[in-house]
Amino acid sequence: MQVRVIRFVIILSILAAPAFVFAQETGLGKITGNEFNPAISLILDGRYTDRDEGDLDLPGFQLGGEAGLSQHGFSSGHNELVMSANIDDKFYGQMTTAIVEDEGETIFELEEVFIETLGLGNGFTLKGGKFFSGIGYLNTIHDHAHDFVDRPLVYDALMGGHLSDTGVQVKWVAPTDFYLSFGVELLSGNTYPGGENDENNKGKSVFVKTGGDWSNSSSWLLGASFYETEFHVREAGGHAHGHAAASDVDNELLDGKVDIAGIDFVYKWAPDGNSKNKNFKFQAEYFVRNESGDAEFIEGSGAAEAFYDGKQKGFYTQAVYQFMPAWRAGVRYDLLQADNTISNFVDNGIDEDEFLEESALGAEDDPKKYSVMLDYSPTHFSRIRLQFSQLETGYDETIDMFTLQYVMSLGSHGAHTF
Amino acid sequence: MYLKSLLLAVVFTAASIFSDAAMAKLRLFACEPEWAALASELSGDLLSITTATTAFQDVHFIEARPSLIAAVRNADLVFCTGAELEIGWLPLLLRQSGNSRVQENQTGYFLAAEQVGRIDVPEVLDRSMGDVHASGNPHVHLDPYRLLIIAEKFSQRLQLIDQDNKKVYQDNFTNFSLRWMAAIASWELKASPLKGKRAFIQHGHSKYLLNWLGIEIVADLEPKPGLPPGSTHLTHLLKINQKSPSDFIILAAYQSDKGARWLSGRQQLPVVILPYTVGGNEQARDIFSLYESTIELLLAEIK
Repeated sequence: MQVRVIRFVIILSILAAPAFVFAQETGLGKITGNEFNPAISLILDGRYTDRDEGDLDLPGFQLGGEAGLSQHGFSSGHNELVMSANIDDKFYGQMTTAIVEDEGETIFELEEVFIETLGLGNGFTLKGGKFFSGIGYLNTIHDHAHDFVDRPLVYDALMGGHLSDTGVQVKWVAPTDFYLSFGVELLSGNTYPGGENDENNKGKSVFVKTGGDWSNSSSWLLGASFYETEFHVREAGGHAHGHAAASDVDNELLDGKVDIAGIDFVYKWAPDGNSKNKNFKFQAEYFVRNESGDAEFIEGSGAAEAFYDGKQKGFYTQAVYQFMPAWRAGVRYDLLQADNTISNFVDNGIDEDEFLEESALGAEDDPKKYSVMLDYSPTHFSRIRLQFSQLETGYDETIDMFTLQYVMSLGSHGAHTF
Repeated sequence: MYLKSLLLAVVFTAASIFSDAAMAKLRLFACEPEWAALASELSGDLLSITTATTAFQDVHFIEARPSLIAAVRNADLVFCTGAELEIGWLPLLLRQSGNSRVQENQTGYFLAAEQVGRIDVPEVLDRSMGDVHASGNPHVHLDPYRLLIIAEKFSQRLQLIDQDNKKVYQDNFTNFSLRWMAAIASWELKASPLKGKRAFIQHGHSKYLLNWLGIEIVADLEPKPGLPPGSTHLTHLLKINQKSPSDFIILAAYQSDKGARWLSGRQQLPVVILPYTVGGNEQARDIFSLYESTIELLLAEIK
C-alpha cells in the first residue's frame, strides 16, 4: 500500500516537472491574475464649508432624495468607489458606490450598479440595473465631475439630486452624419420624485439628444426629456423649521402622479479644439414638474389633508472658463418657481396656513441661487475648488456659503462623457 | 405628441439608412490625421474617411463629442494609435456607438501601436511619475520602419474586410512600400548631417523620429510626462545647456511654446516647431510630405 502511494507520488512529480519548467519560462515570475480585475477608481472628496445657519427648505417644493446643503465646518463629502470592466465581448458592467459620513454614521450607498451591452449593433445599447436616468444633461454625470461643489438647485428640488432608479434602458444612435440618439427607460418609479408603488414598475422616461460641431473649436449638445410615474405613497421631509423631533412629523403624498419635462443645452469651446490649455463651457437646463395627489400632514395630535396639484419649474445656467492651464473660473445662476393649488382642505387640528408652510407645499417667493467658483487642477486626477454661493430660499432668508473642496481621483480613472 | 415626433424621427432616419446603403463605400474612422493619410495611401478612393482630430489638438485630451459618437456609430473600421493614447475618449465612443463592427477584438478595430514594438514601456507604474503610458510611447508614426509594418498590417486588414477589392489594396500596398523604401533611403541620406545633434524635447512625441535620425535627446521640457514645463525645471535645463549646449528645442504644432521660448531667449537655442502629423504645417499634406517637411525644418536650423 505504502509502496503504491510512493510510486504514485513519484509519477505525479515526474508528470508535473515539465509543466513546472514550462510555467517558469512563460510566467517570467509575474503574477498575471490582476490583469482581469475590474478597473477600480476611488474618488476622494473633502470639504470645509463656512455658511449661515439653515437647511435647504424651498417653499413650494417637497424635497426628497439627497437634496441638501453642505455641512458647516469640515466634512468628508461625497467619496465614490467605482469598479468597471468589460465583462466579456458582449457586456460591460459598472458599480458606483458613494461612501458618505452623515452625523457620525458612515453611509454606503449604491449609486449605480448596471450592465450594458457592448456594440449590440445598429446603434443599439441596452442597459439594466440601477442607474442614473438619461434625462437631462447633468443627471448622468456623477457629482465629482460637476463643475461646482453642489448640484444645481433644480436637480435638488425636482429630482432629489439625481433621478436614479432601477430598471432597463434602450438607447439608439441614429445612422445620421450628425449625432441623434433616442432613449427609452422603464423604471421602478419608487425613488424620488416617484414613490412606493406596489407594481414597482411605474416609472417611464424618454429622451432625445442631438449634437455636433460648429467648427474645429466648438461643439454642442441639445437634449429633450420626459419622465413620469405614479405612486401610492411619497414621504417628504417638509419644512423642518426648528422642530426638535422630526419623527413626530408625517408629511406625505398619497395616490399621486408626477411628470417632469426638460430641455438641456451644452456648448463647449476650445481654441482649435485643443482643450488642454484653454477652454470654455456653457450649459443650461430647464425642467417643468407637474405633480398631484392627496397631501397628508400629521404633527403630534394635529393633522390636515388636502388635494394638491403642483406645477414647478426651474432652470440653471452656468459658464466655466479655463483661462490658463490648470485654472478654471465659473459662475452659475439658479432659479425655481412653484405654482401649487390646494383644494378640499380638511382641518384636523392644523389650519391651512400652517399646513401650507409645514408641508412645504405653500409657495412663497422664488428661490434663487448665485454661485461663483475657482478651481485648480494640476493634473486631471486632482482638483481643489473654492466656491461662494448665495441662496435666497424664498422664505425671506439668505444663506451665504463658502466652500473649499478637494476632489481627487485615484486609480484608473475612466473617461468622462461630453 | 411625444410619440408622434419620435415616430417621425424614426421614419426619417430609416430613410437615411437606405440612402446611405446605396453608396456602400467603406467608412473609416481615423483617430489621428497620420492614420487617415496612411489609409488614403493604401485605399485610393475606396474609403470614406472621417478624422477625429487635427494636428493642432493634443490627442491625449479630446472630448467624446457628439459628432465623434455619430462617426464611430457609422464606421466600418476604426484606425487609431492605441497604447492608451486615446484612453480618455475612444473607449467611451465605442461604448456609446452601439456599433458591433468596431468593438475591441473585432475586425473593424485596428490599433497601430499594437502592431509594432514600443520604446519606454515602464517597469513600474505610479501616477506620481506623471501621465505615463503603461504600454510605452505611443507616438510610433514618426519611425518610418514601424510605419511600414503598420501599413502592411493595415492593408491586410482592409483586404480581410473588403474582399471584393483585395487586389486593389494589395497593389496599393506594393506601390506604397516601394515608394516608401525609396523615400526612407533619400531621407536618411539627406538627414545624415543631423546625426549626433542634440535636442531638447517637450513630451515624447518625437522620440521615435529622433532615434531614427540619430539625434540625441538631452532632456525633456516636461518635468514629468504630461506636466507643463515649470520654472524650476526650466532653470535646471538652462544649467544643463550651459554646460554642454544643445542644437535645438523640438516642439509639435499643437503644443504651447511658452517654456521653449523662455529657454530659447536665454540661450540662443533655436525652437523647431515640427508638424508632428499631417496638417501640422502647410507643407505636411500627406504622409510623405510630413517626413520631408520635418527633416527640412531640422536641417534648416543646423546650417
